[in-house]
Amino acid sequence: MKDTVKQIVERYGKDETRLMDILIDTQETFGYISGDATQIMADMLGISRVDVNQTISFYHFFSTSPRGEYAIYLNDSAVAQMFGRQAVKEAFEKELGIKFGEVTADGKIGLFNTACIGMNDQEPAALINNRVFTRLTPYRVREILKHIREGRGVEDLINESYGDGKNSLPSLRSMVSSNIRRKGMILSDDYTYGTVIKEVLPKMSPEAVIAEIKHSHMRGRGGAGFPTGLKWEFCRRSKGDKHYVLCNADEGEPGTFKDRVILTEKPELVFEGMAIAGFAIGGDEGILYLRYEYRYMKEYLEEVLNDMRSKKLLGEKISGIEGFDFDIRIQFGAGAYVCGEESALIESLEGKRGEPRDKPPFPVEKGYLNQPTIINNVETFATAVRIVQNGGEWFTQFGTEDSTGTKILSISGDCMFPGVYEVNWGFNVDDMLNMVGAYDVQAVQVGGPSGTLIGPNEFHRTLGYSDLSTGGSMIIFGKQRNLLKDVVLNFMEFFIDESCGSCSTCRNMTQVMTNKLNKILKGKGVANDLEDLKQWGKVLMASRCGLGQTAGNPIISSLKNFKPLYDVLIQKDKEFDKGFDLVASVQNSCKFVGRVPNFNHH
Amino acid sequence: MSNLIKFKIDGVECMTERGKYIVEAALENGVYIPTLCNMPGVKPKGSCRICTVKINGRLMTSCTTPVADGMEVESNSPEISDLRKSIIELLFVSGNHFCPSCEKSGNCELQALAYLYQMLVPRYPYEFPLREVDASSPYIIKDQNRCILCKRCIKTIKDEQGRSVFAFRDRGHRLEVVMDKELSHEMTPELAELAMKNCPVGSILVKEKGFIEPIGQRKFDKNAIGSDVKL
Amino acid sequence: MSKPVIATTSLAGCFGCHMSILDIDERILQLIELVEFNKSPVDDIKTFTKPVDIGIIEGGCCNSENVEVLKSFRKNCKILISLGECAIMGGLPALRNGIPIEECLQEAYLDGPTVQLNKLGIMPNDDELPMLLDKVYPCHEIVKIDYFLPGCPPRADLIWDALVALITGDPLKLPYEVVKFD
Repeated sequence: MKDTVKQIVERYGKDETRLMDILIDTQETFGYISGDATQIMADMLGISRVDVNQTISFYHFFSTSPRGEYAIYLNDSAVAQMFGRQAVKEAFEKELGIKFGEVTADGKIGLFNTACIGMNDQEPAALINNRVFTRLTPYRVREILKHIREGRGVEDLINESYGDGKNSLPSLRSMVSSNIRRKGMILSDDYTYGTVIKEVLPKMSPEAVIAEIKHSHMRGRGGAGFPTGLKWEFCRRSKGDKHYVLCNADEGEPGTFKDRVILTEKPELVFEGMAIAGFAIGGDEGILYLRYEYRYMKEYLEEVLNDMRSKKLLGEKISGIEGFDFDIRIQFGAGAYVCGEESALIESLEGKRGEPRDKPPFPVEKGYLNQPTIINNVETFATAVRIVQNGGEWFTQFGTEDSTGTKILSISGDCMFPGVYEVNWGFNVDDMLNMVGAYDVQAVQVGGPSGTLIGPNEFHRTLGYSDLSTGGSMIIFGKQRNLLKDVVLNFMEFFIDESCGSCSTCRNMTQVMTNKLNKILKGKGVANDLEDLKQWGKVLMASRCGLGQTAGNPIISSLKNFKPLYDVLIQKDKEFDKGFDLVASVQNSCKFVGRVPNFNHH
Repeated sequence: MSNLIKFKIDGVECMTERGKYIVEAALENGVYIPTLCNMPGVKPKGSCRICTVKINGRLMTSCTTPVADGMEVESNSPEISDLRKSIIELLFVSGNHFCPSCEKSGNCELQALAYLYQMLVPRYPYEFPLREVDASSPYIIKDQNRCILCKRCIKTIKDEQGRSVFAFRDRGHRLEVVMDKELSHEMTPELAELAMKNCPVGSILVKEKGFIEPIGQRKFDKNAIGSDVKL
Repeated sequence: MSKPVIATTSLAGCFGCHMSILDIDERILQLIELVEFNKSPVDDIKTFTKPVDIGIIEGGCCNSENVEVLKSFRKNCKILISLGECAIMGGLPALRNGIPIEECLQEAYLDGPTVQLNKLGIMPNDDELPMLLDKVYPCHEIVKIDYFLPGCPPRADLIWDALVALITGDPLKLPYEVVKFD
């Protein structure tokens, strides 16, 4: 063991900033990261053991105890719940005789919950040793477990045909479906990758590339919507020893999966976009920060990168342009929603806990390794290719004035055709629901849990930065759903689990608000509670990052748009009730001392 | 270009050198902005959010935001004061801050801020979490009941080789500051003292030390935190 | 006009807060001029005999009797004051909060180092005894509390100032030196 860990640490040059890779390799080799392994890393890296541990303990997929030869992570998103997760969970527990969070006595199989794995259009889904298993049913669970007991490898647990599109390629062999339902400029097949690098860039200056992007008015596709051209320009102007191009492929917002589809079907477009950005900002290196849930794409994406290198689309003196040296590596995360926040992503890239940084300074000035850095979403890079190919002016004909171009939506929940839809910005929600075959809709969660929950009276609104802004996650809830219990509570629990914990506000207020929601759900709410929730939620705005600031949105947004759902739970005859329950509170002590609770005679 | 810039805090004209953080610049100008996780001379992290101010309608932490020319900072408004009070209350309910039995009472910065903002009772329900007390080091005790996760010990308490004695563990609501077994066994008494001194609350204590100053003579018994700032 | 009526009680407290009431020294004579005491350990009146203006609660609620007394105070008093840390946040007894009640009982009656004579493992389970709650509750989590006077104990001056303010209707001043948590 010791030698292997030493080799791993040496593989990454005993570089503390590569701690994520060291930990991932160790976790994958041994199924966990032992105390001894941690000590070796600490000694070799010259840091304390608690320092190594603070990174380990931050990430969901790292573990200091064995997680089983087959580690099964069952997705816990609200949509998974809607499509039969409970039955699947019970089947796993019944078959194995263990609960989630445990490992079988023989160390063979472990069961774990995990946050949205980006498969909302094919739930319930689970990860087993980094392979994805979609559309699970109790029958499939029994079958998978039987095959595991027969000694099959994880590859051989997939018994149906592979998914559509490129999912069946030898390097992917994945049962995931891309479910592309509508194509636009990004998902269309009318672009031959490499065209811009080979034919357009040699005729352009970096400044001209930035000018086209600025002219296109494209804004970041990750959700925050910062003008991409400006970001590139700021970064180009910042002085540094090196400039970095980072692609944020950590799509952790529950309900979003479009980056998975783009990276499966159009990875070359993304990498080409990164190279173009590298050209524009004077970048030296590109890094794709890919969420660990998509580890199954590693081999495939590396093959794509190699192919691009062999075609001289990456590497030195690309397209014969002097000084255009740019290559891309893939860095995996290890299970942390907050790493989708750009500065947290950088921290993670540097081998640390994914705690967002204070801004200023912004990454364009001091980003990865304190050097000027741009971070853009997968879709942003892909879009940039088409802009540089056709010009900024061409791009503005799509979408609306303040939201140009197309947007790829991840649509899931109660509809006939969940999947990925590329639409022009300005699409309204009603049209979207009609497009995907959603009837009797109670609510739509726009932009994921951190976004807005809207009801039918707002379905006339349009998708765009000035109205309903979205990073792409659209979850549809039919009339049959209990929004507060099955959706809002699930989302709040997600935020509690995924807060980095650094800010006092996000760390504590998510829990305080959720406790109050639970109290209301138990029928113990009073009118004041709703006012409290509204006021208390504002404290979250003092959090450092966007994720913390929006972590109360499931409650805040549902309270605003679905107040009647709360009102019916509120006790009408009481003004005061903090949830104290005398009968319940004496149960355990009475039982322990052996007496029957008696409330009559004092 | 002059290195001096002008800015305003709650309408009062102030002046400072370019590049200073708001909280430092405010101090120079005799204005106290409360802090908890911040320590002069140590790279700020903005994690307690107590020093939040409003600039251009946005909430920013004054320990991490450099002053800009002409900046107008809102600090002492009812809204910001209530926000700070909320945060203090959140810290109280999310731990077990039983002041009467705490060695740091009277010298505790969290308590002092609660006094400053006249917290009589937190508006949030007490969570009464179950927390550990780690007394394994021969020199110090780490009491998780009182820890507010400000990171001051993590940032400042290092051994001769620069290794951290303290670090975070886990995340979100389960976040803790833990101490390294090996390093906390080998630390010098001076480093132990420094750890206790740098802890704003009573979470890090030097063993066999405490309750040295009598009630009435402690730092915040008679003087509110920040009361020494006024020029 | 009749004098305002005051009632006091100590729930899961140590009577330290009541001591602090007495600690107003000679002003106690003034107090007796100003108010009339009803149910209170001070005068040993055991039950409410008339409507009360100000109820003062020391201690949090650790058992069913505390809850019952607290609720009767809420019913009989116009204004309720949580006096001291225990009433406000559970205080010392609340150090058991977070630990399962079974473990607390196990430690107290069966396994603790001071348990010498309980060879039969007898637990206090007489029907006449108050029933222990799963944790110690601050008073305001059980009934509505109108005012909070922190301290362990609250300073006598704080108690005096607060009572005078309530009786006279003057605004309550909270001078820095008297509002303390210890």
